[in-house]
Amino acid sequence: MTTPLDRIRNFSIVAHIDHGKSTLSDRLIQETGGLTSREMKEQVLDSMDIERERGITIKAQTVRLNYKADDGLDYVLNLMDTPGHVDFAYEVSRSLAACEGSILVVDASQGVEAQTLANVYQAIDNNHEIVPVLNKVDLPAAEPDRIRAQIEDVIGIDASDAVLASAKTGLGIHEVLEAIVTRLPPPKGDETKPLKALLVDAWYDAYLGVVVLVRIFDGRLKVGQKIKMMQTGAVYTAERLGVFEPKATMVDSLGPGEIGFLTGSIKEVADAAVGATITDERKPTDEPLKGFKDVQPVVFCGLFPVDAANFDDLRAAVGRLRLNDASFTYEMESSAALGFGFRCGFLGLLHLEIVQERLSREFNLDLIATAPSVVYHINQRDGSTIELHNPADLPDVMQIESIEEPWIKATILTPDDYLGAVIKLCQDRRGVQRELSYVGSRAMLIYDLPLNEVVFDFYDRLKSISKGYASFDYQLEDYRKGDLVKMSILVNAEPVDALSMLVHRDRAEGRGRSMVEKMKELIPPHLFVIPIQAAIGGKIIARETVRALRKDVTAKCYGGDASRKRKLLDKQKAGKKKMRQFGKVEIPQEAFIAALKMDED
Amino acid sequence: MTDLPTLGVYVHWPYCARICPYCDFNVALDRRAGEAEALADAIVRDLQTQAALIGPRRLVSIFFGGGTPSLMDPARTARIVETAKSLWPAAPDLEISLEANPTDAESGRFAAFAGAGVTRLSLGVQALDDASLAFLGRNHGAEEARRAARLAARLFPRLSLDLIYARPGQTPGAWTDELKAALDLGAEHLSPYQLTIEAGTPFDRSVRRGAFAPADPDLAAALYEKTQQILEDAGFAAYEVSNHARGAAARSRHNLVYWRGEDYLGVGPGAHGRLTLADGRTATETARAIPDYLASVGATGTGLTVQDALNPVEAAEERLLLGLRIDEGVPLADLEALTLTRLPDLRTQGFVQVKDGRLIATARGRPVLDRVIAELIL
Repeated sequence: MTTPLDRIRNFSIVAHIDHGKSTLSDRLIQETGGLTSREMKEQVLDSMDIERERGITIKAQTVRLNYKADDGLDYVLNLMDTPGHVDFAYEVSRSLAACEGSILVVDASQGVEAQTLANVYQAIDNNHEIVPVLNKVDLPAAEPDRIRAQIEDVIGIDASDAVLASAKTGLGIHEVLEAIVTRLPPPKGDETKPLKALLVDAWYDAYLGVVVLVRIFDGRLKVGQKIKMMQTGAVYTAERLGVFEPKATMVDSLGPGEIGFLTGSIKEVADAAVGATITDERKPTDEPLKGFKDVQPVVFCGLFPVDAANFDDLRAAVGRLRLNDASFTYEMESSAALGFGFRCGFLGLLHLEIVQERLSREFNLDLIATAPSVVYHINQRDGSTIELHNPADLPDVMQIESIEEPWIKATILTPDDYLGAVIKLCQDRRGVQRELSYVGSRAMLIYDLPLNEVVFDFYDRLKSISKGYASFDYQLEDYRKGDLVKMSILVNAEPVDALSMLVHRDRAEGRGRSMVEKMKELIPPHLFVIPIQAAIGGKIIARETVRALRKDVTAKCYGGDASRKRKLLDKQKAGKKKMRQFGKVEIPQEAFIAALKMDED
Repeated sequence: MTDLPTLGVYVHWPYCARICPYCDFNVALDRRAGEAEALADAIVRDLQTQAALIGPRRLVSIFFGGGTPSLMDPARTARIVETAKSLWPAAPDLEISLEANPTDAESGRFAAFAGAGVTRLSLGVQALDDASLAFLGRNHGAEEARRAARLAARLFPRLSLDLIYARPGQTPGAWTDELKAALDLGAEHLSPYQLTIEAGTPFDRSVRRGAFAPADPDLAAALYEKTQQILEDAGFAAYEVSNHARGAAARSRHNLVYWRGEDYLGVGPGAHGRLTLADGRTATETARAIPDYLASVGATGTGLTVQDALNPVEAAEERLLLGLRIDEGVPLADLEALTLTRLPDLRTQGFVQVKDGRLIATARGRPVLDRVIAELIL
């Protein structure tokens, strides 16, 4: 298959969650005849159940559209759908690198959001031509003129010829396609040069095995060709080549500017590093493409099976998940309290939540998640530095010179009404204000914040104090020294390692108190009094007590009650599996999750 | 004859003149003409059929429970007693108990019940003030109940009184006075029960509606402790969680059959039994609805609908559940099928003790016995 370069357009769609990106993608596929209306399921590109339910895109998807433009010529339009959430920013960056232009979708009533900003700046950094599309113009609340002005003000791009569209009704879809053809540049490339292709994504497919998504820059990729991963030197044979229309269609070759997939005898996704340059084994290119920076997990937590007997199931499940999601990392961990499990790394809290949900849904596992933690740098007295992923592994305080914690630069957009509350939240979380400006009628706050104050429930709190109107985005900034201490939670005098955390000294008492209060509510009365303590080193900073059970006995128990009572015990036995034993105390599974959700108003 | 295994017989008489709002037993209003007579006949036939299932036994007790067996025609009581005695040789101290309501109408038949062979009356006094009795939905007043108790004390060799405490608004002081007053009614056995809100009862619906709240655990514990103290001082030691007797002879022989894991046979609608048969300890149950019971007896000679052999673990769990309720506890030998991992801990903490090869709940363990048992088994 050969398409002349000037008939190819590669583009991504940049948008905030809910601004209609997936619906617009679907509409473009439908308009160009990629699927018959019978095949058209709502939001075709969000293929995972979770994606469809939550209305978010997790994995970048790609689709090739065959479009006959108003100029009478046939074009190939390659659409890269990109995730909108900050956790998946790296997915966005790789999609952008494979395209020459972007469509910026903005809700015509809600306007520019924090995530829109972050992603559109990335597109600009990639030298993309940008076509603004004002979506949902059919809604009564739409104010296209105001939003157009806002795009010019805030983002600084010309929005005078923004396309007015409604992906829901189909309005303006043809205009969007025409704008892609007429306003976005075609790709550049030279077919006579040695093969140079970018590995955009890789995933595991039950039928095809490991599938690699590539963008050809120079040369030609043919079926049967021996290819080499330039960074690792690994050599494979391109067994099958194809494009998604959006159904997989096999092709014999892919030329410059084209986007398609290949399969070979690649066993693991890890062998197909995203951002790698693929070239011909015998006639390699002399210069690799500029790759992506490595994906670094930012948030860590332990995942343990509720029933220790299910550890092997969990092991199999995380392995399978990893095949599908290269950004998720895991290593075995053992906890005194929870037994065997895995320390897992995530791109952010949403990613953590999604992985947890996929594990329980797709693999039917009941899990306990420990407190989320960030990566600390521990500078030791002997001059060495270690990376700490798990607070339980903190070295003895005597060996520690200092602890550094990651800080982020947070961008928050909020209606003026909630500005005070948002500032208070940021200040409470040790935030340092960098900027306060206005974007139309909304305030834009830039804050430096320690990531460990954000991983707990910052996003939930922000949404709750702003009634859902504030939007939030962040990027990792740097590591800074902090007065951090390890806080342990002791239940009946025994430390529960799964609940220990590093906190700033000034915040320790407050967090300790709310932790022990929560645990007091969550631990049912036992036969004995249970002290619950928060401690730093040997010093108790907060304490609560679960009182002993005083009365729990059936008043009447005669001949007719034996069967009923025995069945009741069987039920209790089943319920017991949802509890975790700590010394003599049983803690319900939900306590671990609930204890970490703070309410501090 | 003394070598024969023992047997208790439970006879369920389901009829009530009025159904109490706290009761979740298998009860019915007597409304169908001729049904009670047919039921008495069916009970006799069921006894005969079930007797053929088990080998020879020594009959140690017959218990008429309900429902309200004091509403029964005493002649039918006598017939059932005679049938049982004809099927198994009776122990010399055979106990024949009957549950009774303390209304004047029923008191009038106490003499006839004594004549029918009843040796022990269990009287549902429940409370000693009219307001509480009205709350509990009882069809008698306090003075009426006192009269019935004094009469029963004269007519029957043994008398037990049922009381319900932890009623809404009841203070430890008021309960103390009431309990002391009950001690003066001539009974040598008392069963004070904490008011329990059972699922599906009118009280359950009232509590859900917020009409009243059951006693909180602290108050319930205080009332329980008060009960123990008063009755112990009066010579009525607790030999079971909710049962107190003045002296060993005053204990309920029939209920000890349950708590000690002896065999019992159940007749009448919805009656449970435990019988040691060829394939081990067997749980039996009869049809619960009266028409079903009658139909079953008519068709097969017995009302039995369930005959489940218990596996050794189930049998041992039942021994533990019931045996720990009494002061003599349960022989460890009966619990061999259980692992009892937490036993050492619970001993150390003082909830149970082991004495002469028996596992016994301590005074500290008894008020929280359900949890102690759960800890032992789970």
